[in-house]
Amino acid sequence: MTNATITLTVDGRQIETRPGQTILEATEAAGVYVPRLCWMKGLLPFGSCRVCTVRVNGRPQAACTQPVAPGMVIENDTEELRALRRDLIDMLFVEGNHFCMFCEKSGNCELQALAYRFGIAAPGYPFLFPQRALDASHPGIFLDRNRCVLCARCVRASRELDGKTVFGFAGRGAGRRIAVNGEDLAHTDAEATDRAVAACPTGSLLVKRIGYAVPVGRRRYDQEPIGSDIEPAAAGR
Amino acid sequence: MVTSATKRIVIEPVTRVEGHGKVTILLDEQNRVQQARLHVVEFRGFERFIQGRPFWEVPVLVQRLCGICPVSHHLCAAKAVDGILGIDRLTPTGEKMRRLMHYGQMFQSHALHFFHLASPDLLFGFDAPVEQRNVIGVIAHHPDLALQGVMMRKFGQEIVKATAGKKVHGTGAIPGGINKNLSVAERDVLLADMDRMLEWSRKAVAIAREYTLRNLEKVASFGSFDSNHLSIVRADGAMDLYHGKLRAIDARGAKILDQVDPLDYLEVIAEEVRSWSYMKFPYLKSLGAAEGWFRVGPLARVNVCDFIDTPEAEAARREFLGLSGGRPSNVTLAYHWARMIELLHSAEVIRRLLHDPDLQGDDLVAPAGERRGEFVAMIEAPRGTLTHHYRVDENDQVTMANLIVSTTCNNEAMNRAVRRIADEHLSGRPVITEGLLNNIEVGIRAYDPCLSCATHALGQMPLEVTLLGPDSAVLDRQTRAG
Repeated sequence: MTNATITLTVDGRQIETRPGQTILEATEAAGVYVPRLCWMKGLLPFGSCRVCTVRVNGRPQAACTQPVAPGMVIENDTEELRALRRDLIDMLFVEGNHFCMFCEKSGNCELQALAYRFGIAAPGYPFLFPQRALDASHPGIFLDRNRCVLCARCVRASRELDGKTVFGFAGRGAGRRIAVNGEDLAHTDAEATDRAVAACPTGSLLVKRIGYAVPVGRRRYDQEPIGSDIEPAAAGR
Repeated sequence: MVTSATKRIVIEPVTRVEGHGKVTILLDEQNRVQQARLHVVEFRGFERFIQGRPFWEVPVLVQRLCGICPVSHHLCAAKAVDGILGIDRLTPTGEKMRRLMHYGQMFQSHALHFFHLASPDLLFGFDAPVEQRNVIGVIAHHPDLALQGVMMRKFGQEIVKATAGKKVHGTGAIPGGINKNLSVAERDVLLADMDRMLEWSRKAVAIAREYTLRNLEKVASFGSFDSNHLSIVRADGAMDLYHGKLRAIDARGAKILDQVDPLDYLEVIAEEVRSWSYMKFPYLKSLGAAEGWFRVGPLARVNVCDFIDTPEAEAARREFLGLSGGRPSNVTLAYHWARMIELLHSAEVIRRLLHDPDLQGDDLVAPAGERRGEFVAMIEAPRGTLTHHYRVDENDQVTMANLIVSTTCNNEAMNRAVRRIADEHLSGRPVITEGLLNNIEVGIRAYDPCLSCATHALGQMPLEVTLLGPDSAVLDRQTRAG
């Protein structure tokens, strides 16, 4: 069984994959980009952002958590799903305080890169302008909750990769926020070199005093849109 | 609109300047001007909302208060942050790249103002029809000049892009230096246009000079008055638009203060708040608010410095001062000529820098020294002396910011210019004539004010003039679209 292959259909194209993979892993191996935000290579899937939503045999599923099965018919790059993902990304922008114009993550930010890929020039929903706390107490890490999208990448990376429990969630629903395992970041065992800090897809967790050391034009998404590495044909889109 | 009971003139909006403002003129019973005020009516509050942000973010954040000279704010904040980090000397590449960025911006801003904003008044006359007296009119009647303006602005913007990463709101200056050098390819693209830019700069000086000389009588009295002048200068007294210490002179050229470190600015400069404008009124403490107000910007800088260290601009400076017997010029419209001398100076500095191999160096950032909790930096922005003052706590967060913006320094001077012009034009008639409207705008425009910077406001810069009677009733109001 372990050597068996499974055949799926993605947007009408047949791909071969192995049992045990998720749809996201299988499509990626086949050169198909399924947009994602909370998913990160090396971490257990979490399925919170739903940006990777695909239709599997007609039903919406998170590609990052759904294992492959023989004969699955998957819809990925359809107008309906693009619109859904665009709305999800749009809502992530307006429920936080994302000011790309001076955010040092600009050009390296996955949320911004997704917005560019989906052609979001300006938000379609009203801004919520939440009041969120900064935590600058740590000598090497700056936590700006204004830019947090609750993807839990820091939470998982801290546990799964760093062997710590620095980050977690507090509150429920709209009041959910990232929390630290101490009075503030300075009172945790977090270090600037932790994988949890690097795992942040936005400018919410930053290593201090790096800022704009990488010039405009040489940032990760300055030349090619997000997903180009998986789907080379997307370059120049 | 005129009624027998009203005595107020409003000009709103003021056009062809940056930002939004209006003018109110108060008349007495005999319809003589009692008071003229340039109100800056929008507020943005940058000083407050950068509190809490990490200091390394500030140079990129704070430049967003302006789209015309963001480089000045970017570099002034970067200099302040250098100071916070205890860095008093940058690497040669870091310093020269920043200087190139700054002079590139100076070049584009001065070209924009002269060719696009001011030249319609100078080429067609202050009272020429409004439909002709604009940049479209310049394109129609002087296409060569209009094109030069566009190309010169583009050249300056390309320098900004090559040094800051973007033409507007770049990220080049980082704490302790710069995040890129100038590649040989970037340098060669700029050098290819250099001779033409110098030639056009010389011509621009000639246009401003000839205009001034040809209209000397009118120019000399138009909205003019004696004033103090202030700028930073190099240790040897040379004009230095990027770095230096404060010098102020009086209307005859006597030094009021010299080589005052920016860190000590609060000991020599205070700001007065008046209830009718969001723009404060800075003054020299030693002379008090009534006598201590001063002018900044090209006129002040050319007056204040002992010399300019590039030969062609220095020759132009000498000729300029020759007109006032070697003493400071206090002529409001002489701002245009002085601005073009700085344009030529900027072109000369850019040429010098582009030939400097330090720009291709790899040592971009100086190491941090002993941390300071507070620092003040100054730079000469296109419109005048710009001050950024920050306090940063041990967690790297900004706890206090104070920005004294160039246009703010010219607040009193612009109000006086409006008063002078209104005095001359109203002469007992309580109505806003087209001539009054035009002349007030020309007077304000000489200062190239950036009202959006000055209050950190958002929006266009239209002009509204209101004429008020002694009982504050509105006598007349004229509005002109921005």
